[in-house]
Amino acid sequence: MESKEDKFSTRREFVKTAGRLAAIIPLAAIPVVLSKKEKVRGYVWQIDPMKCTACEQCRTNCIMTPSAVKCTNANPMCGYCDFCPGYLRQGAKKYSTAAEDQLCPTGAITRRFVEEPYFEYTIDEKLCDGCSKCVKGCGDFGNGSLYLQIMHNLCQNCNQCAIARKCPSDAVIRVPASRPYIRKDEGAENRAKVARMMKVRPPFHKWDFPPDIELSQSC
Amino acid sequence: MKNKFQRYISYTAVIIMLIWHAVLSAQQQQPQRFPRPEFEGGYVFPERQYPDQRGPIWEYVDVAVLVIALSITSWMVIKKRSRKGILLMSVFSLAYFGFYRQGCICAIGSVQNISLALFSKDYAIPLSVLMFFMVPLLFALLFGRVFCASVCPMGAIQELTGFRQVRVPVWLNSTLSAIPFVYLGLAVLFSATGSDFIICRYDPFVGIFRREAPYTMVIFGSLLLITGIFVNRPYCRYLCPHGVLQRIFSSFSVRHLKISPDECKSCRLCESGCPYDAILRSDAVREDEQVSKPFNGSLPYLLIVPVLAAGLGILMYNLSPVLSGASADVRLAREIKLERDKGIKATSKAATAFLESGKTEDSLYAEEARITGRFRKGAPWVGIFLGLSLGIGLFRFTIRNIRTEYEPDRGRCYSCGKCFKFCPVKAKTQ
Repeated sequence: MESKEDKFSTRREFVKTAGRLAAIIPLAAIPVVLSKKEKVRGYVWQIDPMKCTACEQCRTNCIMTPSAVKCTNANPMCGYCDFCPGYLRQGAKKYSTAAEDQLCPTGAITRRFVEEPYFEYTIDEKLCDGCSKCVKGCGDFGNGSLYLQIMHNLCQNCNQCAIARKCPSDAVIRVPASRPYIRKDEGAENRAKVARMMKVRPPFHKWDFPPDIELSQSC
Repeated sequence: MKNKFQRYISYTAVIIMLIWHAVLSAQQQQPQRFPRPEFEGGYVFPERQYPDQRGPIWEYVDVAVLVIALSITSWMVIKKRSRKGILLMSVFSLAYFGFYRQGCICAIGSVQNISLALFSKDYAIPLSVLMFFMVPLLFALLFGRVFCASVCPMGAIQELTGFRQVRVPVWLNSTLSAIPFVYLGLAVLFSATGSDFIICRYDPFVGIFRREAPYTMVIFGSLLLITGIFVNRPYCRYLCPHGVLQRIFSSFSVRHLKISPDECKSCRLCESGCPYDAILRSDAVREDEQVSKPFNGSLPYLLIVPVLAAGLGILMYNLSPVLSGASADVRLAREIKLERDKGIKATSKAATAFLESGKTEDSLYAEEARITGRFRKGAPWVGIFLGLSLGIGLFRFTIRNIRTEYEPDRGRCYSCGKCFKFCPVKAKTQ
């Protein structure tokens, strides 16, 4: 009886040791395999303004309410127009700041007189819900200085962005976390870099970014 | 006269080409319909602040909190044997990882990031995600499922809401316990092929942590919580894909929670103490029992393991075209192909956008073939994993285990400490 129990316990011990080894080997192998890759701080989601068609999907599909997507104004591109197609509703009676004349449904755009005949437009992000009505207006009739960006203080950085799944033009892409915004008002050199990144990227990959391109840390 | 004209024609051609080039290059640039204003009053562009993510230091704070919480829980489970301490840790984890960190960063979902990073050459993960995957499994290997006990926010919310205990019949319990294996296999397959992250999409409690979610998620989460009041920890037992890994690692754990602080008297009092049926009864050899040699007679049943592995591997291989439909690109390619064959105009938004984008259909079909090929390669391995788990699970029924005391089933025990109070044995004072 004694020897039998010994046998059982030694067999059990053997299975356990073997199992421990079998469990620890893959666990140790994973960091070794992954450490061979380039070091990244990870990826974040961002909207490529060159591909965005201002389809209003960003407002409703983000898991956050209101959406983490906000409109932003690239001031160096802005025409500072009195008649701003992103600010005023089409067919508005007057070029005024009255609510009924504004295009933005939440009144998130504020208009400030600079000097004759220029007006400055700024976005109040607390009010903006990313509906992209102004983006469409500015892109269709203006300079296209209003564009959408995912704000990273609000974005939860989901593994699979709910907007990216619905975006019809594949404009929501993964970008390196070291360069989290694709800004329209950056210098021409930076914009050329962004354009080159977009061009090299294979067409259907939402996260493929060529690792060889050196990204500037300017923003 | 003619000579003069001939002399200038080349110059004229050059000038015309220059103008043409200027016009063309102007067209290629961003349409600047309204010129940039020239301000006279010294106006400067406002400096726009682009907010960054939470700094990388905070990720390491999360990792540190995880390690500390796991250490304290292990101490509570193994040394202190304090159910109260475990509950307090649950409250802390629910507050920190649940409501403060809003359920992301999470060990349950990290298995997807790991598998995508392993199988895609363009995707890499930061160290913190790797730690969130490794550290709980390492602790499982050392001290059992202390992560499930009170560090996982999903486990904690269910632990704190499980007021009643309804026993699930053994046959139902065992059958439903197979779901997490399938869930884990599919989640790894879908994320490794870059198609989808199903664990995140069907996360039941993240909507409660964030206090906003699609209504389907809220209904699913609430139903699970209500079920959990009676059938404790329904997500952990019948869905959680990370629990499968915890279960495997914990079965080989070095140290594990003990029901009795001292020598077990086999008094049967703890039998009703576990809502998860994770207590293995004392089963000593009786006087009249003839115990045969170990594995005697059960070895033929070992054959079921390779047979099941091969069968499920083949089944999954044949299912791979269906499974590859999880990828949006594959779905789009099939839709476009179908529309092309039947001569229908594009209907869905994605198809319309694709046709407008000017990309070629061949590149789309090539992408479809590439993704389907990856599914063909990956799906059989998932099938083999499922077959091995099922086979080993069935084979274990054939082994006669001799136990002289009541002990927890190391794979299924969540180290929640509910059984402590049922044991009448007091620890010997030293």
